[in-house]
Amino acid sequence: MSQLNSMAIPIEKKYSKSELLELKNKMNAKALAKRRSKTALRLTANIVFAILVLLPLLYAISIALMPSNELFTTDLNLFPKHPTLQNFKEAFTTVPLLRFILNSFIMAGCITIGQIISCSLAAFAFSFLEFKGKGILFAIVMATMMVPGEATIISNYLTVGSWGILDTYAVLIIPYLTSAMGIFLFRQFYITFPISLYESAKLDGCSNLKFIIKILIPLTKSAIGAMAVYTFINAWNMYMWPLLVTGSNNMRTVQIGISMLDSVDSQSITLMIAGVVMIIIPSISIFIIGQKQLIRGMFSGAVKG
Amino acid sequence: MKREKNFKITPYFYLVPSLLIFAVFLFYPFIKTVYLSLFMTNKMGQAKIFVGLQNYIDLLSSESFRNSLKVTLIFVVIVVFGGMLLGLIAAVLCNKAFPGIRGFSTAYALPMAIASSSAAMIFQIMLHPAVGIVNKLLGLDINWLNDPNTALYCVAILTAWLNSGINFLYFSAGLGNIDETIYERASVDGASSVQQFFSLTLPGLSPIMFYTVVVNIIQAFQSFGQIKILTEGGPNESTNVIVYSIYRDAFFNYRFGSASAQSVILFIIIMLVTLVMFRIEKKGVNY
Repeated sequence: MSQLNSMAIPIEKKYSKSELLELKNKMNAKALAKRRSKTALRLTANIVFAILVLLPLLYAISIALMPSNELFTTDLNLFPKHPTLQNFKEAFTTVPLLRFILNSFIMAGCITIGQIISCSLAAFAFSFLEFKGKGILFAIVMATMMVPGEATIISNYLTVGSWGILDTYAVLIIPYLTSAMGIFLFRQFYITFPISLYESAKLDGCSNLKFIIKILIPLTKSAIGAMAVYTFINAWNMYMWPLLVTGSNNMRTVQIGISMLDSVDSQSITLMIAGVVMIIIPSISIFIIGQKQLIRGMFSGAVKG
Repeated sequence: MKREKNFKITPYFYLVPSLLIFAVFLFYPFIKTVYLSLFMTNKMGQAKIFVGLQNYIDLLSSESFRNSLKVTLIFVVIVVFGGMLLGLIAAVLCNKAFPGIRGFSTAYALPMAIASSSAAMIFQIMLHPAVGIVNKLLGLDINWLNDPNTALYCVAILTAWLNSGINFLYFSAGLGNIDETIYERASVDGASSVQQFFSLTLPGLSPIMFYTVVVNIIQAFQSFGQIKILTEGGPNESTNVIVYSIYRDAFFNYRFGSASAQSVILFIIIMLVTLVMFRIEKKGVNY
């Protein structure tokens, strides 16, 4: 706006040069003030909205730090008056939380590594190799994204039941060792490489596997990073499948195990929330660390508007 | 280097790990689910008596399943609309650079890292009639999760919140693709920010909006953990969405046939919604 005004002024030719300069400065100051107030407005709006979005988490942290007798008042108790770490300590002793965390790490870690391997292999074949039925096979893989997990979960449960592997790590991990989304994501990256890259590597006597390990993987670090963050968080947060196939404390994952703290009697609320806060920390940390990778990987190929 | 004549088997080796998993845990169970839906089963889930479409007919004529369909529909609409609205507001707020934008972006995306079960337990306390923050802040005395009139809205809002994180990322990416100069031209022409939002931002987002709607709908249909923890389908079946009904029929009532039929119906609904959305997109979302 300020530019417009000062552009219009010379036509009228009523101002001296110094007056003009002064006017310009005034306008600039005005624009600056306007910009500042706009930024302040934006910042305020963001603070309000961010508090709203984060409210459940902030509230959870506050409760987790509260001694349980403080929770039960009719007053508004947003913040603990006497913050304590007692709840966290007790959560570890009430249920085998460490074991649950370990189980979840093993499960989510194996699923993540397994998916990266199987998906990059499949994506390699779909992008660099020619073979019969390639189009059809790729279409079939993509179509699997449409099948909701619930449409298969009953039969899967019956299958693993008949194999006698209920309540093991294997049953938690194996069904999730590949994903159509992963194959799609990697392929989106691979097809941006010229086929000559592959052909010249072949000419130099590079085997397919060596090509994947030495050339493709280093070149697609951001896709792998995105995939790793996304897969790990999703696996860490899985609920229905682990609920069905695990029964003992030795195999329970955090999301199922934490429900064991869930009995809404007076003493255990703070305890339960402390447990929840602790199992949220790993997934949030990984998310924050990997956020940049995730966004870059997710949006560079997959979703172009 | 090309040795074309011998039938190349090596390419398939690279597909074996993925295709094997898909075959065992996706294609086979999917077909088996369809098969089971045509049978009465015993407690072990083995098909015993062929009943044809009887399971489907029973379902569609049962009050309880029709209620499930209705509840699911309301749930999905609230989740998709609410989750996208939250994500869109956040994305618009973070559209222009300002001090602290990175921190705010992380905050808005954060719900996507949180498990439905953890979130459910937090909401359970927030909505607790005696000690919960919601009643305290609003000065109300409502038993949110035990009241058939409010329970569904509570789990739906929770789910919308969970989905808002990834929606924020989609919309941020979409906003980043809109050419900045059209805003400058619009403001020169005297368009207000509200006008700009409705006639520039929203149409500019339409390609990603389409994708986001599809993903949100599919996700909303599959919500389970929060309902299992917060309401278990109750009170009075007011939150008995299809997925929960499948779970209950299969693993409490051991009626695998009926549960399978519900799974198939769920699949058909999701497929139809997806197909319809693709049809709409082909007709040109891009105004």
